[in-house]
Amino acid sequence: MLETVIQQALNALQLGSYYSLIALGYCLVYGVLLLINFAHGDIFMVGAYIAFFAATYIMGQHALIPPNSPIMVKLVFAGFFALIVTAAVSFAIKKKPQAPGRKNYSYPAILGGIFITVTAAIYYWGQGMKLETGADKILVFAVTMPLTMILTSVVGVFIERVAYKPLRLKGANRLYVVITALMMGIILEYGNLSLLGTSRLSYPTLLPRVVFDVAGAKISITKLTAIAASFLMFALLQWIVTRTKLGMAMRAVSYDKFAVPLMGIPLDAVIVFTFFLGSSMAGMAGMLYAMNFPVLDPFMGALVGWKAFVAAVVGGIGDIRGAFVGGFLLAFLEVIVAAVFSSELRDLISFTILLGILTWKPTGLFGKPKTTKI
Amino acid sequence: MGNRITVPAALCALLFLMVAMPHVGLLGQYGVTFLCTMGIYIILSASLNLVNGYMGEFSCGHAGFMAVGAYTSSVAGVFLFVPDQVFGQPWLPMALTPFAFPIILAAGFIAAALAGLVVAVPSFKTRGDYLAVITLAASYIIKSAIENVEAVGGPRGFAGMGKIVQGMDSMAPIPWMLVWIFLGVTFTIWILRRFVYSTYGKGVMAIHQDEVAAEIMSVNTNKMKLIAFMLSSGLAGLAGGLYAYLISFVNPASFTILRSTECLVMVYLGGMGSLSGSVLSAIVFAILLEFLKPLEQLKWVAIPLLLILLMQFRPEGIMGNRELSDVFPKLKRFYRFK
Repeated sequence: MLETVIQQALNALQLGSYYSLIALGYCLVYGVLLLINFAHGDIFMVGAYIAFFAATYIMGQHALIPPNSPIMVKLVFAGFFALIVTAAVSFAIKKKPQAPGRKNYSYPAILGGIFITVTAAIYYWGQGMKLETGADKILVFAVTMPLTMILTSVVGVFIERVAYKPLRLKGANRLYVVITALMMGIILEYGNLSLLGTSRLSYPTLLPRVVFDVAGAKISITKLTAIAASFLMFALLQWIVTRTKLGMAMRAVSYDKFAVPLMGIPLDAVIVFTFFLGSSMAGMAGMLYAMNFPVLDPFMGALVGWKAFVAAVVGGIGDIRGAFVGGFLLAFLEVIVAAVFSSELRDLISFTILLGILTWKPTGLFGKPKTTKI
Repeated sequence: MGNRITVPAALCALLFLMVAMPHVGLLGQYGVTFLCTMGIYIILSASLNLVNGYMGEFSCGHAGFMAVGAYTSSVAGVFLFVPDQVFGQPWLPMALTPFAFPIILAAGFIAAALAGLVVAVPSFKTRGDYLAVITLAASYIIKSAIENVEAVGGPRGFAGMGKIVQGMDSMAPIPWMLVWIFLGVTFTIWILRRFVYSTYGKGVMAIHQDEVAAEIMSVNTNKMKLIAFMLSSGLAGLAGGLYAYLISFVNPASFTILRSTECLVMVYLGGMGSLSGSVLSAIVFAILLEFLKPLEQLKWVAIPLLLILLMQFRPEGIMGNRELSDVFPKLKRFYRFK
């Protein structure tokens, strides 16, 4: 009995870690821009696909150049690849001229991008794809994770630049931006479907199949990674938002978007950074999800994304703790309902409870009611 | 005072055309189905515009209410007229179908309006994006509930409405569904227009502007919200009922988030708070869907892309919050629509 309870709790923790990672992204963007970024669930899906292609590419299954080509070709190719990545990153970050005396965040990102891609490329293309040992695969994991996060955040920031920013500058009603986000999500889903077809890709195993025993319940290392990653990201995010200058700028934008540029805070840079953070977490969630449920399909982001959004709102959207707790709350509800009643009733009962929570606390668990002037 | 009869005359002429054209072979089955789909889109977009446009809330669960209406109408129809494994022998002879059909649709309307209470009651306290989540959760709850009712087929769906349409066809050879949908659209536009231009409508618009201020100005905001939500979801139920009889089959998978998204897109494409805008956008949307059919999956890339481009150039939708008669004031000379 105890075993089952612990096992279900671990399952719920694992499910909750995806929900909360995605919910954190929703919550960040909402907190700063008051925009429900409905494309976020699909950015999660894109993240899973990017993780797939990054991992298989590094492992040489989708190699664009044959493994036995001369080292110069590999180097040139690696450099070219790194150039694309860093150009995208720098476009995303350094668009507007910075105020004098302000730290430029683009250079660390560019350097990091070059470092990651060149290391990965040289190491594996130089090695000739000998990936027999587990340690090698762990290295693939270690390289794929930041790569996925960077590439996914490039997608997220690109969407912000192309679709949301022009509308924001025109002063369109907030809901039109929300609709644009919804449609961006549909474009991502169906674009993926028509690009890759309905073939369901399966994610390679990267981490060793080690299973720990917790009081009779079993937990694999991939699950543990997902749970640990979500807690780490939450701590990191909490630190960024409450302790750093950038976080202070984010809170300032959320407080008053019009006064912030007057104080010399680069509004656009803050917004881009927000999208960068949110999308990179979606990418991370996508990769972890793909590692645990290794079948990818273009619509995997829709349901998980909508549920994460509900979780973020129930927690009190705009509050990081709320999103984190909301994600785990939804996961625990779902797992409990599935275990006690049946899995068909899962949505019905868990959403009814969430609806009850929102009726009882109209601004979510952690949200504060806004005072409005008339 | 010739302008008084313009609209009724035009409607009668349209109805006559719709009945007559298939007879002389000008309008094939394809055309009839296309017009029917367009009509259902018009009802959906106009009814959602009441909540999302005029009241300024963000309801993203319209498909759920549509599902309630669709299932209620289907079950009512099958219960009354068709022998069924679950619901037993029919109660009424098939000859009564053309007369009972409005009652069947009304049942869907009422059931969906009652389901709208699920959203309307929390909306007294909950606002904005939190309310959006309530509507979303409501649509999930409805869909999940239907999937769990074995009597209506669960996730497999529910059929048998085709026999009722056939029964009506055997009574008189006219395109019955087209006629009913035409009447439904007319009813929707009429009732929404009456509602929006009444004091209730003013109250709803006051809630959009500022809810607290509206309450101070003695608008009974709870009552307004209740009525607006129930009317909107009831009309969605009407659309659902018509949809169910049009394709003779309902299953929970047709009432997903994607359908709610379609409704949302039509409302914002047409312009928040513009009835003629949402009619126009529904027509544009239906035509787009039909014309881009050869693209198959790419259709769902092309349509959102087009709409995003449109929004970049016209962020307030086709009509903004104006009506057709505001854009072309001279039109007022020719018609009067109350």
